[in-house]
Formats: sequence, C-alpha cells, structure tokens
Amino acid sequence: MTRHIVPVRTYVSVYAVLIALTATTVAVSRIDLGEFNFIVAMTIAVIKAVLVIMFFMHVREASALTKLFAGAGFFWMAILIVFTLSDYLSRGWLPLGQWWR
Amino acid sequence: MSTIFEQPRVEAPANYLNVDYGWKSWLFTTDHKRIALLYLFSITAFFMVGGAFAVAMRINLASPRGVFSADTYNKLFTMHGIIMVFFFLVPSIPAVLGNFLIPIMIGARDLAFPRINLLSWYIYIVGGIFALWAAFDGGVDTGWTFYAPYSTTYSNTHVILTAMGVFVAGFSSILTGLNFIVTIHKMRAPGMTWMRLPLFVWAHYATALIQVLGTPVIAITLVLLALERILHAGIFDPAVGGDPILFQHLFWFYSHPAVYIMILPGMGVMSELVTCFSRKGIFGYSFVAFSSIAIAVVGFFVWGHHLFVAGQSMYAGTVFSLLSFIVAVPSAIKVFNWTATMYRGSISFDTPMLYAFGFIGLFTIGGLTGLILATMALDVHLTDTYFVIAHFHYVMVGGMVMAYLGGIHFWFPKITGRMYPELWAKFAALVVFVGFNLTFFPQFLLGYLGMPRRYYSYPEEFQVLHVMSSAGASILGVGYVIPLIYLAWAWRKGPRAPQNPWDAKGLEWEKAPSPPPTFNFDTLPIVTEPAYNYSGEPEKEEPLAGEQRGDRHA
Repeated sequence: MTRHIVPVRTYVSVYAVLIALTATTVAVSRIDLGEFNFIVAMTIAVIKAVLVIMFFMHVREASALTKLFAGAGFFWMAILIVFTLSDYLSRGWLPLGQWWR
Repeated sequence: MSTIFEQPRVEAPANYLNVDYGWKSWLFTTDHKRIALLYLFSITAFFMVGGAFAVAMRINLASPRGVFSADTYNKLFTMHGIIMVFFFLVPSIPAVLGNFLIPIMIGARDLAFPRINLLSWYIYIVGGIFALWAAFDGGVDTGWTFYAPYSTTYSNTHVILTAMGVFVAGFSSILTGLNFIVTIHKMRAPGMTWMRLPLFVWAHYATALIQVLGTPVIAITLVLLALERILHAGIFDPAVGGDPILFQHLFWFYSHPAVYIMILPGMGVMSELVTCFSRKGIFGYSFVAFSSIAIAVVGFFVWGHHLFVAGQSMYAGTVFSLLSFIVAVPSAIKVFNWTATMYRGSISFDTPMLYAFGFIGLFTIGGLTGLILATMALDVHLTDTYFVIAHFHYVMVGGMVMAYLGGIHFWFPKITGRMYPELWAKFAALVVFVGFNLTFFPQFLLGYLGMPRRYYSYPEEFQVLHVMSSAGASILGVGYVIPLIYLAWAWRKGPRAPQNPWDAKGLEWEKAPSPPPTFNFDTLPIVTEPAYNYSGEPEKEEPLAGEQRGDRHA
C-alpha cells in the first residue's frame, strides 16, 4: 500500500485557514445579519469540517472506497435530519383537530 | 514384578483450544475464535440474568394483583429489556458466530484488526459491569427506551449509570462492525468473489453497516440525556424549552435499525442451515444477498412508526407508515427464497434444521404482525399493548434466538470438535418451540383485548391468558436449560466430531479441521466454486461487461 506523504507546509496552511475561519465566525457574530446569521455561521462551519476531513483525516488522498464510506456517514446524518424535520416542519399541515368536530 | 500397561496416548492435533491453557492465553488472546468464546460465555451469562428478570415478571403476572410492588415491577421489565437488547441480542450472533466464522468462511487467518477485536470484548464487559452495577444497586425504572421527560426529570433511579453502560457497550458494537467491514473487503481468499460469499457473510456485512452508521446516534443521544439530567440543558425536557419527541426521534433512529442488527445475522444463519439440510443451493442467491443490504438501508427510513401516537405530525406518520411496509419486502424475499430452496430438496430433520423451521414460521408471524402495527389506524388501538410485546418477541426470540440456537448446534462440532447428543437436542428444540408459543401467543390476544404493556396488575378477566403465558415461560425456561446442560457435557465428553459432520459446503467445513488450528488453515484455501454448490455443477459463466467470452477461456 502506498502512502502519500503530505508536506508539513500543507498542514500548517490548513491550520492557519481554520484559525482564520474561527476568527471570522467570532467577528461575524458581532454583526447582525438577520436571517443570514445562521447561514453564514453554518457555511463557515461546513468549510472547516470539510478541510479537517480532507486534509487532517487524509480523505483527499484516500481510495474511492474510503471516500464512499466517508460520504455514507454524511448521507446517513442527512437521513436523520431530513426525516426528523419532516415531522417538525409538517406539524399542523393536516388540521386533524377540526375533523373531530 | 508387575507390568503396567498404559494406553497408548494419542496426541490430538494442535488446534486453537489446546494450543495453550493458561488464563493469560484467553484474556490476552487475539485469536478471533477464542474471542468468540469469550463472547459466548459472557453473553450466556447476560442471557441468564436477563432471563431471571423475565421469570420474576411472569411470576408477578400470574396473579391479577401482582406479587411485587409497582416500582419493583417497573425495574424488572426495564432491566430485562436493557440486558436482553444491548447485552444479549445485539452482540449475540455477530460477536459469537460472526467472530468465529467470518474469517474462516472467507478464507482468512483472522479478522483485519485482531487487537481491536479483543478491545471490543473488554469494552462490552465494562459496559455490562455498569449495567449490572445499576441493576443490583437499586435498578432503573424508565423502560429500556429511556423516554424523556420521565428519564430526564422524574425518575430517581440509576438512569445515568445504566445509560453509561449502554453507551460504552455501543462502542464494542461499532468496533465489531468496523472489523467485519474491513475484513470482508480486504481479506477474502483468492477466488472468493463477492458473489461467492456465503450468505452468512453478506448478512453480517449488512449488520456491520448498521452498527457503524447507527450506533453513534444512540451514543450521543444518551450523552444528551445525561446532560439534560445533570445540567438541565433544555434539549428534551419541555419544562426548560426542550422537546421530548426529539428524544424519541433520536432514540429510534438507532433503535429501529438495531432490530435489524438483531435479526439480520439470524437470517444469515438461516441461509446456511436451509441449504445444508436441504442439500440444495440457495434459491436466488443475489436476491437473498442484496435483500440484506436493502434491509440495512431501508431499515433507517422507518423509525417514525414508533411515534404514531407520540405527537408526530400526520404527514410524517403517513410517510413512515408507507416506508415501513416497504421494509417488509426484502424480509419476505428471504422467507420465500428459503422456502423455495427447501422445495424438492432432500430435507433432513437434524436439530439445526428444526430450529430453522421454527425460525421461518415464527419470524413470519412476527413480521406480519409488524405490518399490522405499521398501519396507523390499527396502531392507535395497539400502541403500548401486549400485542406489541408479542410481535417483537416473535421476531427477537422466535426469530433471533431460534437462529442463534440453530447456529450454535450447527457449528458446535466445528467450535468444540465434539458432537452433541442428537436426541436431547431434538427434544430441547421441541420444548423451546412449544414453550415459546405458549408464552407469547396469548400475548397477542391480551394486547388486542386491551392489556397495556408495563403494568404490574390487570383486571381479572385477563388472568387465564396471563397464566397460560407464565406457564409457557416456565416450559421455555426448561427448553433453554436443557441445551445448556447437554452442550456443557458434550464439550468435554461428547464423541469426537469429524471435520465435516453435516457434509456441508463452505470453507469452514471443507478446508478447516474441527476444531480449527490457531490460524484456521494449514494451507491458504483457493475458492473455485460458488457458495452452496451441493449439486456439484460448475458455476454459470456470466461474461463480465466488455469482456469477450473467448478471452476468458483462452
């Protein structure tokens, strides 16, 4: 099995970007963007997560099979979130209470 | 002068059992077969503890006013559920038979990560100690489902300690699953292609996917439960802004697929038993193989059927109801394919096959009553009644435990190198079948008539059915004790087993001695035929895409 050797420079740069993004999160939290508060915070968080997975967890150089399994983890989390929201977002769609009357 | 005649002493060939007898050779072993035995003995112990709680429950329910107090009864059913689900059913077939057989079945010397395999057993034991500690230091009374807000706010029993036990044991399950996935991907013998894998291996692959993808969610849910209890974090407790239904969503996201963690390995055992004792190849190999994967995937889309009356939206209830019907399809494919395998087969009625017959009948009843419960309107009537109890015991005990016992008998000669007494074994299988049905069939009737689950007392008109159920439980108990006795006897005194007593197909029978040596095979096996090739016919040639037939034969 061959192992790709990642130069230290890459790790340091990714680390710097992560710190910068953390600083951005803190900075943005001081400004009220209305509806975009949540969107901005989540976007930064997702970028950071992707950087960690790709570089620190070496998924970028991994085999297609490893990528598939890493993707499956996210797909399964999406199942959890989407189907749970399918309950929360649809409460009250069907006015069952009035059918009884 | 006297002469002492000594029997010539014949040394048994070295195998994984006689290679070393010291306690260190067991507690520090990395041999998958020895770890399987560590699991065998520990889950048997947990089965007996969980069974003892069930005995106490059935004694209580023999009379309408009960024997124990309501609080004690709450603890009895909670501890029964927690120990049986998390410390017996989830690890049972994967950790014992899966650990023992998967490397041998695919022609490997061990699992991919032998030390992680041993670690998983230690983690399981630590989790078990937490749960037992809680059980014997006053117990816990939330039900095995830990529903909020009772568990987070009101219960004054050992909720966190028990949840810790389940949390810790979950990691054991994840590590076992991870080990199986990597082993099956990376360590198959030359010629052991995916479509030649025994269906036992396919079933465990599907199980392992659920273990790895689902278990982290229950782990974090139990952490949130503890945070809510200690710090009042406001996640599940409505008094501080939380939502108790969120707990049910998170809990069942794991716990419904966990039902398939419990039954899929049993289905894998079934495919081995049915083919061997029908002397026929499996009917529709790829359908049976991929139905395991389909169950593993679709099983994650149905959890909301546990929340039909919990306050979930009507829309979500409808979606989850329809999806629950869909998950019945792959299970039905398996049942039909086993039946079709037996059709015109040369069936013999050895003990493992008796358990296989029991499995098919009882699992079918358990599965079909699941469809009744997945129907929303009926579920409103049947929620939290004994109908539910009967349904999942038909799947878990009638299905999984039957398959487990069938598998233990089938591979007993391979595991121990000894044969068990066939007559006693058949008798025990019959006792288990009769005892099981007498215990749980009356519970369908009780539930339909309105007897709620988790009640320590009941109106007198239910007494006849409850007494029948308790009587059945005592027969079932005898049915479990008999194999314990004769298998323990046979392990030491039973006649020596040949390598392949059932004349079965598969590397574990054809290539590995009974019991196998530490590294399973003397020479690396090379696989040249499909699984279950009982007819001896050559494999059907299916040209791969873009490949010329002429080239393959060149």
